[in-house]
Amino acid sequence: MMRRKRKTSEILLGAVTWFAAAVTIGLLLLLVGFILVRGVPHLKPSLFALHYNSDNVSLVPALISTIVIAIVSLVIAVPLGVFAAIYLAEYARRGNRAVAVIRMTTETLSGIPSIVYGLFGGLFFVVFLGWGYSVLAGAATLSIMILPLVMRSAEEALKSVPDTYREGSFGLGAGKLRTVLRIVLPSAVPGILAGVILAVGRIVGETAALIYTAGTVAQIPGSPMQSARTLSVHMYSLSSEGLHTDEGYATAVVLLVVVVLINALSARIAKRLGRRS
Amino acid sequence: MNRLNANKLRERLMGAVFFISALVSILAVGLICLFLFANGLPAMGKIGVFSFLLGREWSPTDTPARFGILPMIVGSLYVTAGAILIGVPIGVLTAVFLARVCPRRLYKLLKPGVDLLAGIPSVVYGFFGIAVIVPLSGSSILSACILLGIMILPTVIGLAESALRAVPEQYYEGALALGAGHYRSVFTVVLPAAKSGILAAVVLGIGRAIGETMAVVMVAGNQARMPVSLLKGVRTMTANIVIEMGYAGDLHREALIATGVVLLMFILIINLSLSALNRRGK
Repeated sequence: MMRRKRKTSEILLGAVTWFAAAVTIGLLLLLVGFILVRGVPHLKPSLFALHYNSDNVSLVPALISTIVIAIVSLVIAVPLGVFAAIYLAEYARRGNRAVAVIRMTTETLSGIPSIVYGLFGGLFFVVFLGWGYSVLAGAATLSIMILPLVMRSAEEALKSVPDTYREGSFGLGAGKLRTVLRIVLPSAVPGILAGVILAVGRIVGETAALIYTAGTVAQIPGSPMQSARTLSVHMYSLSSEGLHTDEGYATAVVLLVVVVLINALSARIAKRLGRRS
Repeated sequence: MNRLNANKLRERLMGAVFFISALVSILAVGLICLFLFANGLPAMGKIGVFSFLLGREWSPTDTPARFGILPMIVGSLYVTAGAILIGVPIGVLTAVFLARVCPRRLYKLLKPGVDLLAGIPSVVYGFFGIAVIVPLSGSSILSACILLGIMILPTVIGLAESALRAVPEQYYEGALALGAGHYRSVFTVVLPAAKSGILAAVVLGIGRAIGETMAVVMVAGNQARMPVSLLKGVRTMTANIVIEMGYAGDLHREALIATGVVLLMFILIINLSLSALNRRGK
């Protein structure tokens, strides 16, 4: 009797666990399958025209703006994030007060929702600094948003470099700076890169932080001070206008492909990293 | 001698550059708080803190205009609670599956799947919600809860899985040795041992859900009134900001920024409890 009861509980718990996993993966398949079914039939050549107008609803300007905004954000955030990580991993002493505050604020930054970044970017970059709705204001806002991600992955990558590398370099007479820049940093590049690619993923998916900073102009920006919309913002605009829903799904397919590529790239780099260590 | 000095100077200089870069995150948090508070708090003063936070009516374009954000605060809390109720059980059980049950081959397929779920942009979730969930349950609290429940899955799964993996193997083996079956050992010994990590996963999920904007805007209906039923529309704080910021002016605009301040307060409280949890975990 006792044994049977035990057996039932085993089967029950097992069933619940398998069921939950099936639900998660079922939802993913439903989501991806659904976007593909609704979007792929609408992938027409006119969607890829160089210039946007309300007839062709081209996504190419949005795609180019996405790339431009991503590059500008990375140019700002990656050096800052990597330098900050070098300080935290190589220079800061144990029990340093500043380090505790830096870690706390970095955690805070990573928890702030994108709409709050959007509000701040609108108040600070757009109005206070007078940049207007522009690529630069949008990218500056996003660079603060991805800073904690870049810092964390860079710090972890630096910390995973074996101490023997540093000792070897010191032993050959190199100074601290030379050791960090020539020996430690190059060995940490794959880890940093994996984090940077994840940051690109966040930029590509971002909408709320961009609407009131980069604006929603659907053309290729001629200068960093002009407004532009990324693919995600483009999709949201299509949905809220309600006229081009089919093109919205087609855009979703392109966005999905970009996200899959980004994930695969990041996983591949992380895997190579794992094999090496 | 000269070269030695130049080297020393360069060391000092770059050390300072690294330190200043590290201070940028402090600067950023300071500026965000400063600009939101400076632009939002005066509005709270003008409207009156109590009639702002506890006012049940939001009609910014009427005369006289009313700026009560209680409907949005309650809306955000309802939607978040619903998302947790849906997302946490599925997420934790999936994490148990990934960490303790899943065959290795299957894991290689499932893990990238969960990562993909995390990488899908919220607008895409919104499109999915409009076409699949809204036809079933309308533009409503329930639709928002379901969609957010799905969206927080990868956050909950990721953190819960690493918490479960951090439990020493001996716990599991000990339970087996005492005669418990595989699942019983996992659920009565390993899972409770990972509870502080799982709690952290839940708190992070709350943060994600309360801060989500675009997907919620697309499925929640966005009526600025006190929530009446699960199947009726609701407006969250995030939705309030993103919908009206485009055309708001003067006090209305400041009231929206003040909504952002309230949202930020919620997030700061969530962050504080998260770091308290992590400290206790150590």
